Amino acid sequence: MRPPSPSIPEKEFVYEALKQSLRLDGRDLLDIRTPSLTFGPELGWVECAYGKTRVIAYVEAKMIKPPPERPLEGIITIHSEISPMASVDYELGRPSEEEVMITRMLDKILRRSDAIDKESLCVVAGQRVWHLRLTVHCLADAGNMLDCACLAGIVAFKHFRKPEVEVVGDEVIVHQASERAPMPLAIHHMPFCVTFAFFPDPSIRPVIDPSLLEQRLSTGLMSIALNAQREICVLQKAGGVPTPPDEILRLINVAVTLAKDLDKLVERRLREDWDGRKIEVV
Amino acid sequence: MASRIEILNDGGLRSDGRRQYELRDIGIDFALQGHADASVTFQHGLTQVLVSVLGPHEARVRSQTAHDRAIINVEIHVAAFSTGERRKRTKGDKRLLELASTIKSTFEPVIQTHLYPRSQIDIFIQVVQQDGGLLSACINGTTLALAGAGIPLFDFLCAVSGGVHSTYPILDLNTLEENDVPHLTVAIMPRSERVALVTMETRLHVERLEEIFKLAVDAGKVLHIEMKSALQKRTRSLVTSLGDGSKIGHAKEFDMDEL
Repeated sequence: MRPPSPSIPEKEFVYEALKQSLRLDGRDLLDIRTPSLTFGPELGWVECAYGKTRVIAYVEAKMIKPPPERPLEGIITIHSEISPMASVDYELGRPSEEEVMITRMLDKILRRSDAIDKESLCVVAGQRVWHLRLTVHCLADAGNMLDCACLAGIVAFKHFRKPEVEVVGDEVIVHQASERAPMPLAIHHMPFCVTFAFFPDPSIRPVIDPSLLEQRLSTGLMSIALNAQREICVLQKAGGVPTPPDEILRLINVAVTLAKDLDKLVERRLREDWDGRKIEVV
Repeated sequence: MASRIEILNDGGLRSDGRRQYELRDIGIDFALQGHADASVTFQHGLTQVLVSVLGPHEARVRSQTAHDRAIINVEIHVAAFSTGERRKRTKGDKRLLELASTIKSTFEPVIQTHLYPRSQIDIFIQVVQQDGGLLSACINGTTLALAGAGIPLFDFLCAVSGGVHSTYPILDLNTLEENDVPHLTVAIMPRSERVALVTMETRLHVERLEEIFKLAVDAGKVLHIEMKSALQKRTRSLVTSLGDGSKIGHAKEFDMDEL
């Protein structure tokens, strides 16, 4: 579904303002909206908000028999859906281009970059492995749903605890959370996604974390997924505005600094939430 | 258990005998296929793609027309025999859809679409053989086919892949290297030296990325020379044959450097 284009006065106003390095919500060109994370009562349920953009992610785990070609690894599937609740432009059942893009990027960032160790999900080789299912629901679209969804996804994985299992001979005993404390997942690294928007006028510099209007008026987006250890997991810039290589490298460095701040923020929020939950061992 | 093949051995040679920065051989063939306005068989090492371009023509799906420019439609078909193991890919395969969508958005700023409002330009890509560098071969082939069809472009688009094997950057990876080594694909517009596409799906450290990114941009410029000379040769042969058919004069020599 093609979104309706913004009106001409809106377009001209935004371009004029951007030429003077002013954004409609008062941010700097390279300022993101501070993400806020809310954790649900269950472990592995996270709501992430970038300003008015809101995404919910939750993780569920099931034990299944692994496929014969990979008997020693667990399985991670990511299911993402943008419901019409997010915006009038999205239809249920027919994935729009943006939805396909978000699904593919989530897949690349969370699954193909090996953020989560799959071998640790194996319980009995060839018989029983954990199947983690991450579900991402986009609740409200105020621009840059991709970054929001990625942050929600990785924090959901970090927040989740899988039930403790005990293997006695051929039997597998899954302990309830009330009996034994559940275990965190083995996460190799935490990838964060940063999106830049480019505009057709060459005098307008690229903008980070575009709002809805800026995203609609942009002619190109560049998304970088990276972790706090200065490793880039996914870099995607397709078409849009052709940019000189130095500019791209400059934006990558901006993203690197931002990833460190995001990492600290996530650590702090997870610690606060964990302190708030009292798990008493009787 | 097969023995582990070295990506880069002590003598500086890669698994297929190339040096670190050596690009694979390129073959460009402008033989016309079917009803297309132009078609190119682009061969990059062992990767072979056949690109046909049709258009601009009236858009088939009226609801998707844009009032001020042409829309670009990209369809990719991968032959089941193209990889080492026979694998049939369904049309709705997510990876193929993503590849098509990437190529479409990469060419949006390159084709002068504002000259053809309410029209559609079709690009059909048939992958015959894949041995690494599929996206770059598709992009290079499409550029040549578009130029051959006479569709106005702002500039060429030259794409190449590059990777880093434990601090040694290598260019133009084949399948073996792609499975093993973090790599990226870069497409540049050589005359203005701007980057239109950069994609990377594997983890790479920032400093390594800077190195290989700059190298890939330079490699794109080298490819541009090859592609330009192939296009000029084809145009020259077309012009000569046109001139031979004329009753009045000979083919005029005109300045090829404008390309």
